[in-house]
Amino acid sequence: MKLSLLTKQLARSCFLLMLLSPILRAAEIPVIAAASNIKFALEEISTAFHQETGKTLHISYSSSGNLTRQIQQGGPFELFLSANAQYVVQLYQQHKTLDRGQVFALGRLALLTHIGSGLILDEQLNGLKQAQQSGQLQRIAIANPEHAPFGIAAREILQKQQLWDTILPHLILAENAAQATQFASSGAAQVGLVSYSLALAPTLKNRVRYLLIPGALHQPLQQTAVLLNNAGDTAKLFFHYLLQEKARGILSRHGYTLP
Amino acid sequence: MDWQALALSVKLSFVTLLFLLPTGILLGRWLAYRQFWGKSLLQTLLALPLVLPPTVLGYYLLVAFSPNQGLGLWLVNTFGATLIFNFQGLVFASIIFNLPFAIHPMQRAFAAIPREIREAAACCGMRPSLVLWKIELPLAWPGIISAMVMCFAHTLGEFGIVLMVGGNIPAETQTIAIAIYDRVQSFDDHAAAIMSFSLLLFSMLTISFTYWLSARSERTHD
Repeated sequence: MKLSLLTKQLARSCFLLMLLSPILRAAEIPVIAAASNIKFALEEISTAFHQETGKTLHISYSSSGNLTRQIQQGGPFELFLSANAQYVVQLYQQHKTLDRGQVFALGRLALLTHIGSGLILDEQLNGLKQAQQSGQLQRIAIANPEHAPFGIAAREILQKQQLWDTILPHLILAENAAQATQFASSGAAQVGLVSYSLALAPTLKNRVRYLLIPGALHQPLQQTAVLLNNAGDTAKLFFHYLLQEKARGILSRHGYTLP
Repeated sequence: MDWQALALSVKLSFVTLLFLLPTGILLGRWLAYRQFWGKSLLQTLLALPLVLPPTVLGYYLLVAFSPNQGLGLWLVNTFGATLIFNFQGLVFASIIFNLPFAIHPMQRAFAAIPREIREAAACCGMRPSLVLWKIELPLAWPGIISAMVMCFAHTLGEFGIVLMVGGNIPAETQTIAIAIYDRVQSFDDHAAAIMSFSLLLFSMLTISFTYWLSARSERTHD
C-alpha cells in the first residue's frame, strides 16, 4: 500500500514537473525561428552573443514559409529571421509581430556541385544547358519554391536563363535551403542552385565546387529579422546585436551583402 | 551525440509510458474479455495509427490544436495552453500513435490466460481487482513488458508526426530522430552517423528483447 502511494506521488510530481518545465525554461532561453540558409552565420553570431552577454538562444531552422506557418499556428518563437521580406509583411498584417522588422542582410545564390563532378560552372548556366542537351544532366537540387525563398530565387534564375521548362524533369525539391545544399554537396544530386552562405560552410570545404550567381538574376533576398509578440528581453537584445558591427562582420564573411 | 535531444526523447518515451501503461492494461483487458456493441469499431479506431500515414495524423492534430480556431482556440482561452510546437503536444501525439503498440500485445496477453483460471479465482471469492493483481498480471506480464518496450522504441523513432506537430525546437521538441535529420541538413555527417548507429543498436536490442520475452513465455506455458 505504502509503495503504491509512493509511486502515485512520484508520478504526480513527475507530471507536474513535466507541465512546468517548458514554462520555467521559456522564461530563460528564447526560441528563435531562423531560415536555414543563415545557419552557419547565426551559429557564429549567437556564440559571440553568448560570450558577450552570457545569454543562450535556442534556434529552430526550417524554410521561411514553414516557419511562418508555425508562427501563425502559435509556435513559441520570440524572434523570426526570414529569408525574404514578404513572409514578415504577411505576419505583420496578421498582428503576429511587434513591427515590420528590419532587413539585416541580403542573401545570394551559388551554383554548387560535388568536387568529383565534371560539370562546368558558369554565371550564364551554359554548363548546365550543355549537360542537359547532351543528356548528362541527372538531378538538380533547389529548395522548394512553394515555401522557401531560396527556391523562389532559384526558379527565377532558371526562368531568366530559359532553362526552367527543360530542367523541370531533373528538379529535386528540397525542404529548405540547407537540405538543397546537402543534396548537392553529398552528390545525391549532381548540382544545386543553393544559398551562397551555405556553400561557404566550413564543413563543405574541399568537398564542393561553387560559383556565385550574379545578384541581378533574381529579386533581392532580404534577410529580415522581426520580433514576435511574445518577445522577451534576451530576444530583443539579440535583435539589436544582429544589426551591430560584430554581427555584420560575421554575416559579410559568410557571403551576405549588407544593406 | 546530441545528449539534449536524446534526453528529450527518453523523457518523451517515459512520459508516454506513464500514460499508456494503465490505459493499455485496462483497455487491453476489457477488449480481451468483454463483448459489447461497437467493439469492432473501437478496435478499428485503436488500430488505425498502425496503417495511417503519420502525416495524416500530424495534419489532423495541427488542424485540431491550431490556436486560431475551434478546439485549439478553446484550449488557449480556457487553460492558456496549446498542444502543438511544445512538449505536451508531443506527449499527446505520442500517446495516440502508440495506442495500437500498447494495446494489441496486452490484449493478446490477457486473451491467452485460460478462462478456467480466472473462473477458479472468482469462485474462490477473489475480488476482480485482486484477480487482476494476483492472477492476470503475473501471467500477462511478458506481453505487457513487450508492449512497453515497443512503445518506448517507437517513440524514440517516430519522425513525421513529431516534425509536423512539434516543429524542430531544441530542448522542447527536437527529439533524437529529428536531431539526426537536423544534423544531416547541417552537413554534420559525423554526428548523424553516431546518432544513427546508436539508434540502430538500440532498435536491434529492443527487437531481440521482445523475441526473447515471447520465447520465454512460450516455454513457461508449455
